[in-house]
Order: sequence, then structure tokens, then C-alpha cells
Amino acid sequence: MTGLGKDLLDLESLSAAQITAILDTAEPLKAISLRAIKKVPTMRGATIVNLFFEASTRTRVSFEFAEKRMSADAVNVAIGNSSVSKGETLVDTARNLEAMKIDMVVIRHQASGAARFLAERIESNVINAGDGTHEHPTQGLLDLLTLRDRWGSLEGKRVCLCGDVLHSRVARSNIHGLRKLGAEVAVCGPRSLLPNGAEEALGVTVFDRIEAAVEWADALNILRLQLERMTAGYIPSLREYNRVFGVTRERLERAPRDLLILHPGPMNRGVEIDSDVADGPHSLILDQVTNGVAIRMAVLYLLRGGRPDLAAAGSAAGE
Amino acid sequence: MADEIVERTAGTESLVLVGIQRRGVQLAARLASLIEEREKRPVPRGALDITLYRDDLQTVGPRPLVGATELPVDIDGKQVVIVDDVLYTGRTVRAALDELADFGRPARILLAVLIDRGGQELPIRADVIGKVVTVPVGSQVDVRVAELDGDDTVVVSPARSRGA
Repeated sequence: MTGLGKDLLDLESLSAAQITAILDTAEPLKAISLRAIKKVPTMRGATIVNLFFEASTRTRVSFEFAEKRMSADAVNVAIGNSSVSKGETLVDTARNLEAMKIDMVVIRHQASGAARFLAERIESNVINAGDGTHEHPTQGLLDLLTLRDRWGSLEGKRVCLCGDVLHSRVARSNIHGLRKLGAEVAVCGPRSLLPNGAEEALGVTVFDRIEAAVEWADALNILRLQLERMTAGYIPSLREYNRVFGVTRERLERAPRDLLILHPGPMNRGVEIDSDVADGPHSLILDQVTNGVAIRMAVLYLLRGGRPDLAAAGSAAGE
Repeated sequence: MADEIVERTAGTESLVLVGIQRRGVQLAARLASLIEEREKRPVPRGALDITLYRDDLQTVGPRPLVGATELPVDIDGKQVVIVDDVLYTGRTVRAALDELADFGRPARILLAVLIDRGGQELPIRADVIGKVVTVPVGSQVDVRVAELDGDDTVVVSPARSRGA
């Protein structure tokens, strides 16, 4: 239950109780976004910097809405027009920001481990908004919340992460979170896009064929084919990928049960997911986006103050 | 208390009872049922969780759990009665007033409490009071309701931590 302290860096190091506490806190916060005045005064006076070293629309906007709805003051630093492009190091950038008396940093960075590196060097709370191919904990949490909303509990449910698992920080956060909450997890994709020894290393089942995954699963979380990370020839062509691994309506119609469909976005329609699946009746893709704001509000609430609050919240959930 | 609420709001036309999480919610529901029985007219009831509006979040240590806020009707122009179990410092009521203001502009807001134990730290007084209990500073007054606690009792104990 210890070890998390002031930051949210990954789901791997959280306990099931801590994760459940975040989800339980997010639940009542959803309603705030439905009010006429979409704002509570909880974080009045807190200053948060959104430090994005990588392009992001959905995650950055979602964090910004969460911060504003909690009444925090948020500043966005996009790296293209910051001093980082002049050669400043990550720590110098953050220390300079900290010298302006900030309370929290939300960081997205292309290097795995960047969030932890920063968290160990500054006083402010650090929230990982995606670091390299490591983790994207708030995305994992919002996926858990979206599925829990539908199922009531994740215990014994089967979730398959489809596609580019190798490069996916979303996949890693999902695998850790789902397993901690009692779900069975599988991955499905071309072997070149799955981590070596995924079975043992991550404790998941591996499917080489999407048909087998559809047969097995209660939900598919379809990962984006990360074209910008494709430095080597992982797949022959996008067309072939779609033909072999694309989630299509025809494939879903053969499923023995109604499959829930998630996708962290942004979607490559016609590559990993077909439009009639993405927009179909079992798609939870827009629920994920809605839940993302509530999850981030919950994390802001639970972290604020720089004390080991998440650990404490984990035990409080048992009351 | 139900009679007094009806008296003070001159009928039940625009009455809304809003209980503060957690014991206030059960008390509001009971008062609403009593008023409905007498007046033969439905009385809307809601729940208010004031956690996100507290003025002491910086100092309370572990983050308190957030409960649900549910207001079934638009409160604009209504006579809203805030219902809570114990009135002590008045800070909970201050938070509730702030939260209500985010939902609308009631014509009037009243405060009904089962126990007024004195010791207010803000200029807040109850309009309808079940019972005034005088207890020394530092002691704790807990209201137990059957729905959550198994029985209906008020427990006064000399405790270290401050009550609501």
C-alpha cells in the first residue's frame, strides 16, 4: 500500500485498493461535468503545468478540463515553442517552472521513465500523461472505469488488447490495472508488434489470430497502430494489417457474445478498426473520452497536497 | 420538525428538501415522507455532498471520500430546506450554501437540523431544530440512523476529534 507518495507514475506500482479508490472517486465527479456550472472550488489556488513534449490533443484537453473543473490554474507548455528547443534539459525546465511556485506537473514525454525521473527531482506532484512506451496510467484508469461501469466488476472478465502492444504505453497500463482488479488479459497482434515473452513477462494470453481473440474475449481494447513509432518494417503494409488483424463488423458478428469495443484514440479508421465498429452499438469509445475527464479530476483531487494521500485513500476505501 | 417546515415555508408548493451526506440524507427522506403524508403532495428530496466545497481540505490529511450530489429538480425559485444531523461549527452548512449556489438561485434557503449543539464558528443559525443539546467543547455528538447504523440514537461522547 505504500510507495506511491506524491505522484501518479504508473499502475504497476499501485495496489488494487488504490486503483479502486481512484475509480470510486471518479464516479461522483462525473456529475460535475453535467452541471450548468461545471466547476467545484476544491483546487482553488493550485497551479498546474501541463508539460507536453509530445503531440497530444485528447489527453491534454482532458487534463485541462479536469484542472479547470476543479478550479486549479493551468498553464500549458508545448515543447515546440519552449526553451527545450534551445537545449534546456528536462530537469532545468521543471526547476524553472517550480521556481514560479507551482503545485503539480502533468508530463507527457517520448522517453520511458521521464515522469519518474522528474518526480524524483522536484517537490511538486507529478502525473504521468504518457512516457515513451512505458505507461499511460490515466488512460488505463479511464479504460477500467468505462468497463466497470458496464460490468459492475472486472472480476473474471476477459479483455484482449489488440494490435501494436509493443509500442503501447496504454497496453501496459491496461494490463497491470486489469490484472490487479481480477480480469483475465490477452494480447493479439502480429508477433513483431508483441513484446518478447509477453506470456511470462506480463502474465497475459497471446492470440496470433484476431478470430481467436474475438471468440475468447468480453471486450476488445483496440490499440492504435503507431505509425510514427514504426522505425523498422514491423508489418508488410497497412492494407495487409487490416485484412489480417483489423476489427471488422464481419469478424464481430461471429463472436459468441456481445463484445464491448474500446479504443484509446486517435483511430486509424480502416486500419486497426473499421468505421462501422467504431461507430457501432457496442463501441464505448466516446464513453472513454467522457470518463477521462472524471478520472483526471479524481487523480488531481487525491494527489493534491503532496502527501502520501493516494495510499491513505486506498485504505479509506475499505471503510 | 416536519410541521415546522411546512409552517415556515407556507405550504409545500415549492418545497425541496436537501440532505447533507451522509446522515442528513436519511433525515431529509424521513421529513419528506412525513410532509407528503400530511399534505398529500409529493415533496422532492435531494442529496448534497459537500466534500469538494470544504474549507479544510488542506489540513484534513487523507482525502475524504467523495459522495454523490443529486438534486432531482431545478432549485431556481424554490424554497430549499437543507437538512443535516448535527449543527456545530457551521462550516458544513457554509459549504452546502456554496454548492447550492452552483446549482441555481433558490427563492429562499432554510436550515433544519436534528441536533443543535452550539459552538458555531460562522454566522449561521438553524431555522428548524429538533433538539438543542449543550455539550462541552471537544466532546462529540453522533447521530445514528437505522438506515445506516442499525438504530436511531444520538450519542454524546467525550472524544478527542471534532465532529461535523
